[in-house]
Amino acid sequence: MTKRFALGIFDDEDVLLHAIENIRTAGVKIHDVFTPFPVHGIDDALGIERSRLPIAAFFFGLCGTSFALWMQIYMLGFDWPMIIGGKPNISLPAFIPITFELTVLFCAFGMVITFFTITKMYPKLKVNVMDKRATDDKFVMAIELKDGETNLSNLSQLLRDNGASEVNEKEMTKN
Amino acid sequence: MQHVSPVREPLVTGGKTYHDITQDVCRQVEAKPNIRWMAALSVALILLGVFIYSVYRTLWYGIGEWGLNKTVGWAWDITNFVWWVGIGHAGTLISAVLLLFRQKWRSSINRAAEAMTIFAVICAAMFPVLHMGRPWLAYFVFPLQNTFGSLWPNFNSPLLWDVFAISTYFSVSLVFWYIGLIPDFATIRDRATGPIAKRAYALLSMNWTGSAKAWSRYETVSLILAGVATPLVLSVHTIVSMDFATSVEPGWHTTIFPPYFVAGAIFSGFAMVLTLMLVTRVVFKLEDYITLEHIALMNKIMMITGSIVGVAYITEFFIAWYSQVEYEQYAFLNRATGPYWWAYATMMSCNVISPQVVWFRKVRYSIPLTFALSIVVNIGMWFERFVIIVTSLHRDYLPSSWAMFSPSIIDIGIYVGTIGLFFTLFLLFAKFFPVINMAEVKTILKYGVDNGPTYTGVHTHAHVAEPATVHGVPASAPVNYNKHD
Repeated sequence: MTKRFALGIFDDEDVLLHAIENIRTAGVKIHDVFTPFPVHGIDDALGIERSRLPIAAFFFGLCGTSFALWMQIYMLGFDWPMIIGGKPNISLPAFIPITFELTVLFCAFGMVITFFTITKMYPKLKVNVMDKRATDDKFVMAIELKDGETNLSNLSQLLRDNGASEVNEKEMTKN
Repeated sequence: MQHVSPVREPLVTGGKTYHDITQDVCRQVEAKPNIRWMAALSVALILLGVFIYSVYRTLWYGIGEWGLNKTVGWAWDITNFVWWVGIGHAGTLISAVLLLFRQKWRSSINRAAEAMTIFAVICAAMFPVLHMGRPWLAYFVFPLQNTFGSLWPNFNSPLLWDVFAISTYFSVSLVFWYIGLIPDFATIRDRATGPIAKRAYALLSMNWTGSAKAWSRYETVSLILAGVATPLVLSVHTIVSMDFATSVEPGWHTTIFPPYFVAGAIFSGFAMVLTLMLVTRVVFKLEDYITLEHIALMNKIMMITGSIVGVAYITEFFIAWYSQVEYEQYAFLNRATGPYWWAYATMMSCNVISPQVVWFRKVRYSIPLTFALSIVVNIGMWFERFVIIVTSLHRDYLPSSWAMFSPSIIDIGIYVGTIGLFFTLFLLFAKFFPVINMAEVKTILKYGVDNGPTYTGVHTHAHVAEPATVHGVPASAPVNYNKHD
């Protein structure tokens, strides 16, 4: 499916932020904004909700803690108890370092895998981008052009009024 | 003309634009390898050859190829292991701890420092694996079922904690580093012209487009990874120190070891970061990004951690006397005045006395002096580990077993070889990966620069378009409208 977009190219992030606010106030729906670096305040301007990844991270960490404790207690306490240095089979203080390490390991990997999955990040031979300069020094605002609804020339004027240095049209095939 | 705020120095000098940052960092990646890089790689590869030969001798003929004896069963191998792991710590400190403390100057050095961490941990891991003698049975350390060989591993053993600590540290650092690299790989991908480069960097960039939602999640992930990496880096050297501290060996059995080792690790790590950065900034012409200010700040961290290490040395001596334990007292007297006094003297002068010169501003801001100091500290920290390990072991409880240690040519070969391995990896990184985190440096470009282009209000449309229409003006340069916030 092919979609058409109007691309407003901005040169400065402060101009971009205010343009986002104005354009949203004008009732135009912004498809997405592509920036070369994380712009402070863009989440609020675009109305992006706070990510819930920290909650996922906490539960991945909890999985790591439980797995590590279960593993050590089961292996040394029940499956094959051995007397080591006359200490109890289940000597919890000695199990803490590994429990900590596995908590960190599960938390980090679980969260990164979740991040890749929800952001649809995977190795691809060819990546379709709106504008190649969005990873260099330009801030690209994409607004979807729907037939009969949005007019490119009106939109172009709105974008330029709000500080866009260029306005282009781009067709994207949904992958 | 650039207005500098009276409070903060700008973090990037030279009036750069966003595009300049991309150009300056990508230049090295896109250019053909130059003669200096080729020469450096050749030297590193020769040393790597030495490593491979020494490893072959160790594996074919056994650990007998090393200089170990019945009394000194741990020597250069563990010294080198601890030395390399310690060096790695500065990378995580810069990328994680300084991120949590919002130290924005870290942005231009974190990429290379994290690379250093990963390569240093690879070098470190070689030593325990080779010391196993039969590395093809290395999977015995993992909790695998009885049918694979051993019983369950002993989870009470610090050596096993080390297995978990080092492997977690390595894999988490690798992931953290890679996440940071993704946006920069996308930048290189979008600039690439060659067919191989286009596809290779496309694969590495993981479909990254720089969308606002992706950036928002990216920042969350970075922050949490920093949050978990911070206690992780402290735990790693703590556990390494417990390899010694939990054994009943005079000179090792002390509770001061964990903080003392962590401080020493950061100390030696910053020395190595300085060694690498001072060369990198000149070779790749990155003086505007890694400024004298950065060098001075790293020097300060080195001096502080060096002083902590100095206090730890003195505390150990005091506690040895205060404990009234004869063996402990002898172990420390033997360190300072015994047959290895020269190693102890090297350690003391390199680690405790030499970093104090950083109190002088001239030294902090001097490139040749800083470079010399960083090398001296690296030597000193190697001797610290040698002193702790060998002088404690060579004369312990039973005088009839006292012995001296001297390294064999294979010992030296493996050590020098890992330096070759490290530099081979680092040079390949410097050529094919962006050595500076472009995306992050772009966020700090306006830091400390007053009157930057800040938008003034919604009503003045004419003014808004102004910065956009002026091409070729640095984003950090002053623009003709008033700054409100």
